[in-house]
Amino acid sequence: MPFPSVLFADPAQRDAVAAQREPACYTDLNLDQIVSSLTAGRRSYQLEPFFYARLTDADAIAYRHEVFRDLEDQALSEGVARFAAGMREMRRRRDQAAKPRHPHQRDSLLVDTAETYCTAVRTLADVLDRADVASRALRSLRAFLAGYVRSEPFDELTEGVRRVRESLASVHYCMTVGAGKVTVTRYAGEADYGAEVLAAFEKFKQEEATSSRVSAPDFLDMNHIEEAVLDRVAMLFPDVFRTLEDFCTRHHDPLDPTVAAFDREVQFYLAYLELADRLRAAGLPLCFPEVSTTSKAVAGRDVFDLALAVKLVDDGTPVVTNDFELRGPERVLVVSGPNQGGKTTFARTVGQLHQLAALGCPVPGGEARLFLCDEVFTHFERGENLADLSGKLKDDLVRVRAILERATPAGLVIMNEVFTSTTLDDALLLGTRVLRKIIERDLLCVCVTFVDELSRLGPATVSMTSTVVPGDPAVRTYRIVRRPADGLSHALAIAEKYRLTYERLTDRITVRTAGRTTS
Amino acid sequence: MKARLLYADRDLDWDAPPVPEAADLTRDLALDTLFDAMADGDDFLRDTARQVVLTSLTEPDAIVYRQRILGDFLRRPGLLTEMYRLVVETIDAEHRIWPTFLRSPTSIMHRAVQAMELYAGRLRELRRIADRYADDVRSPGLVRFLGMLRAELDDACFDVMDEHLRRLRFRNGVMVGARLGQGCKGTGYVLRRPGPRPSWRERLAGQGPPSYTYRLPDRDEAGARALAELRDRGVALAADALARSADHILGFLRMLDRELGFYLACLNLHRKLTAKGEPLCVPTPLPTGRPTLVCHGLYDTCLSLRREERVVGNDVDAEDTALLVVTGANEGGKTTFLRSVGLAQLMTQAGMFVSADSFTAGVRTRLFTHFRREEDEEMESGKLDEELARMSAIADEVTPGALVLFNESFAATNEREGSELGRQITGALLDCGVKVVLVTHLYGLAHGLYAGPPEGKAVFLRAERRADGTRTHRLVPGEPLPTSFGADLYRNVFGEPARTAAGPAPDPPAESPRDAPAPAASDLCPSPDVESSGVRDVTK
Repeated sequence: MPFPSVLFADPAQRDAVAAQREPACYTDLNLDQIVSSLTAGRRSYQLEPFFYARLTDADAIAYRHEVFRDLEDQALSEGVARFAAGMREMRRRRDQAAKPRHPHQRDSLLVDTAETYCTAVRTLADVLDRADVASRALRSLRAFLAGYVRSEPFDELTEGVRRVRESLASVHYCMTVGAGKVTVTRYAGEADYGAEVLAAFEKFKQEEATSSRVSAPDFLDMNHIEEAVLDRVAMLFPDVFRTLEDFCTRHHDPLDPTVAAFDREVQFYLAYLELADRLRAAGLPLCFPEVSTTSKAVAGRDVFDLALAVKLVDDGTPVVTNDFELRGPERVLVVSGPNQGGKTTFARTVGQLHQLAALGCPVPGGEARLFLCDEVFTHFERGENLADLSGKLKDDLVRVRAILERATPAGLVIMNEVFTSTTLDDALLLGTRVLRKIIERDLLCVCVTFVDELSRLGPATVSMTSTVVPGDPAVRTYRIVRRPADGLSHALAIAEKYRLTYERLTDRITVRTAGRTTS
Repeated sequence: MKARLLYADRDLDWDAPPVPEAADLTRDLALDTLFDAMADGDDFLRDTARQVVLTSLTEPDAIVYRQRILGDFLRRPGLLTEMYRLVVETIDAEHRIWPTFLRSPTSIMHRAVQAMELYAGRLRELRRIADRYADDVRSPGLVRFLGMLRAELDDACFDVMDEHLRRLRFRNGVMVGARLGQGCKGTGYVLRRPGPRPSWRERLAGQGPPSYTYRLPDRDEAGARALAELRDRGVALAADALARSADHILGFLRMLDRELGFYLACLNLHRKLTAKGEPLCVPTPLPTGRPTLVCHGLYDTCLSLRREERVVGNDVDAEDTALLVVTGANEGGKTTFLRSVGLAQLMTQAGMFVSADSFTAGVRTRLFTHFRREEDEEMESGKLDEELARMSAIADEVTPGALVLFNESFAATNEREGSELGRQITGALLDCGVKVVLVTHLYGLAHGLYAGPPEGKAVFLRAERRADGTRTHRLVPGEPLPTSFGADLYRNVFGEPARTAAGPAPDPPAESPRDAPAPAASDLCPSPDVESSGVRDVTK
C-alpha cells in the first residue's frame, strides 16, 4: 500500500518546498528565532523549508491539524520520538560500519544497524496500532507499516539479527598478558580479583569514594593487538563468527525509502510539539486556529509572542497574554500608549499567528480565528539608519511604498513605529495617508504608533492601548486592551509585594509544611 | 567502619552547603569570635567548628549523645589529643607520598601500595591507643568507637592487607576477562585471579583448555605499546580497587580528623572561658514541643571572649513561652541578651556546653536572626525593602518549631507602619508554631503584643535603667514603656509642644502612657487595661 507524505496531502507539493527561502518578514517577527529553536538539535533533517513554505488552501492546513491532533496523544508522540531516536542511532551505526575496519568488526556493526532499524520500525508500527489515530496521514502510514512488518523479508531480517546477537553474547574469554605475548582462552570461572581487593578494605568505606581514577580510552577503533586477540577469539568460537558472516552477506541495505521520508517529515511535528510542551508546562496554551480564506473578522484570545515566551519561560518569568478582535468593517489595529515594550510584542504576535497558521501549526493562544493571508509584510524601524534622520524618513516611505505595491487584498501588514524620525504633524500626516491607503485596499493591518489620532481614522480602525499589570510587579510586559490610553498605575502595598502580610505569611509556612510532610 | 562521634547513626555531611540562614546567623550573633576561639589559630578546626555549630541537632537524645562524649574528653583529654595527633600525622604523611601526575595504572598502583603500607603501620598504632583507654570511657559513643577499633583492627585484618600487597605484584602475568561489546571490541573487562596452572604433563598431552597465543614480533614498538595498554587495562582494575581501598582508609581518617577536631575545638573554648573564671554548664535540652527558656546567669559568649573582664549574665524564667519581648533604653544590653540567647541555643544544639550557670531550653527545628543592619542606614530608601527581602528569605525557610530572633526590625519606616508590619509578621509566625524573641523599640508593636498578645504565653522583659539614668545591662520583667524621644525632639527643634489640643500626636506622652495611649498605637492595643507584671498568659 503506498503512503504519500505526512506533511502533504498532495505529495507533489513536497518537491516545490525544497527550494523555499526564508520569507522577508521572519526577522521582524522574530520567526527566525522560532525556526532556530525548532530546528536546533535537528540539523540533519533540514526542516527549515517546511517552516518557510505557506500552505495555500484550507484542506492542506486541515491535513496537518489532523496529524497534530493525533500526536497530542502522548503515548503516540513518545512512540514516534522513540522511532526517530532509533533511526538516528541506526544512521550512526551505519556510518561507523562504513569506515575501514577489521572484517569481524564491520560485520558486527552492520548487525547493529539492522537491529536498530528493525526495532525502530516495529516500535512505530506497534505504537500506531495501539493508538487511536484519526488523521488521513497516520491512518495511511499505519496501513503501510502493517503490511511492511508482516512481509517475509522484514521477518527474515529480524530473526537473523536475533540469532547473531544471541551467539555473540555467549562469547566470554580471558586474556593473559605476559612479557611480549598475550594468550587467549575461554573463560573458565576465574574469580574477580578487583572485587576481592575491594572487599578486603570495604570496612573503611565512609561514603562513595572518588570514582575510578583510571579511565580507559573508549572508541571503536582497534589496534593490531586487539585485532590479533579478536582473531584468536574467532578461533576459539568458530560457529559464532560463521553465523555473523552469513547474516552480513544476505542483508547489506535494509532501509525502506518510505520509512526514511516519514522519519524526516515527522520531525516537523515533533519539533513543534516539543516547543508547545515547554510552553504548556508553563501554563501557556496553544490552539488550533480556525482559518478562513474569505473572512477578515479575525480574533484571538490569550495570544502571545511565541519567540518571547520561549525566552521568558526559560528564565521562569511570567508571560502576559492578550486578546484582540476585528468585527464588521474593522481592519486595522492601532496600538498606542506609553512606550514600554508591550506594543511591539503584540504586533509581532499578530504577525506570528498568521504565519504559523499558514504552516498548518497550532498557534500561541487560547483561541484564534485567523485569515489565511497570502503574505505577511512587516515594516519595522531599522536601527542602523538612526544617524541620518532625513534619510531614515525617506527609507521608511520607500519601504512602505514597496509593500503597498506588492500587497494583494489578501495580505497582512505589520507596521511598527514608522515615521518616528519626524515631527508629530508629519507623522500624523504621513501615517494617515498610509493607513488610508491600507484601508482602501481592504488589507489587514497592525500599526504601532505614538500618534493617537491614527486610531480614530474611521470604522476600519480599532484603538488598542497598553496598561500596567495589576498584581505581581515582577511582570514587566504589559497587557494591550481595546480602549483609549489612560495613565493608571497601581501602588502596591510593600508588604504584599514581599508576601509578608499575616495571611500570605501564614499561607507560605503552612503550605510548605504540608508539602513537606506529604512528600 | 564509622567513627560516629557526632551522631549515633550517621555522619555529618561535610560537603553540604551551609543552611541559607548561616550567613545572617554568623553576622548577627558574631559567630566569627566563637569560631576563632574554638580554632585557636587552626583553620581546619575553625572550619570544623563552624560546620558543626551551624548544623544544629534537633533531637534532645542526639544532643545528650554529644554532651556525654564531650564529658569523657574533658575528663580524659589525653585520649583526644593522642588520637588526634596520630590521625593528623598519618594524613600528613599520606600527602607527602610522591603524587602521581601520570594517570597510568602502573604509577597509580605504585602509589596505592605505598599508601597501604603506611596505613597498615598507623592503624596498628590507633588500635593500641584504643586498648589503653578502653576502660576509661563512659559515654555510649566512645565505648562503641573504641570497641569497634579493637574488634575491626585485629591481627587477621592486618594479615589480609599484607597478603594482597604481595599478590598485587602479578608474577604470572595479568589475566583479564572480557566479552564482545559493540563492534566486537572487548568489553566488561574484569581482572581475574587465574586458577591453578595446568601441569607440564597436562600441557604435553594437550589436555589443558584450548588456548591461542599471539607473540609480539621483534621491534614492533607500536605493538609493545598496545600490549602494555592491554596489560594496563588489567592492572587498572586492580590499581583502581587498591586506590579506592586506600581512599576508603583515608576517608575514615579524614572523618575521624573532622569529628575529633570538633571536640578539640570545644576543649579550646572551654579552656579560654574557664581561665577567666566564666561559668559554663551542660544545658538541658527539651523536646521541640516545649518552647521553654529558663536560665540563670546567661551571658554572651562572644562578648566575654572579646573582653578581659567577666560579663553580666541574665536570668530568664520563660517556661513554655512562645513569645519573648524585650524593650527598654538603648545601650541597655538588649542586643547582647538577644545574642546570648541565640548563641546558647546554637551551642546547645551543637552538643556543647553553654555560657550560663544553668540553661534549659526547648530544642528548635531551625534558628533565624533578623537584625537591623546599621551599616545600611545611608541607603534609606531601599532599607525597608532590604529588611523585608531578608524577612521574605526567612519566610521561605521557616517551619513550625523554629526560633526567630528579631533585633530592632521593621524600624526603617515610621512607627505606625513598622508596628503594623511587625504585628502581622510576629502574629503569623506565632500562629504557625514559630517561637519569637523580639527586641524592639517600636512601642506600638510591643505594647500591642502586651495588651493583646497572640495565643499562648508571652514574657516581657525590659532593659533596666536606674532612676539616675545609668544602665545595669540587666533585663528585668516588665511591661513595655513608651519613650518620650520624639516629643522631646520636636519640642527641642520647634520650641513648641508636639501635641496640641487639635493636632494628632506622633508619640504618647511620657508621663502617663496608660491613660493616654498615642493615637498611632491606639488601634493596635484595643484593651488598655495592662498589668504591671511582664508575664501575660492568654489562652483564647
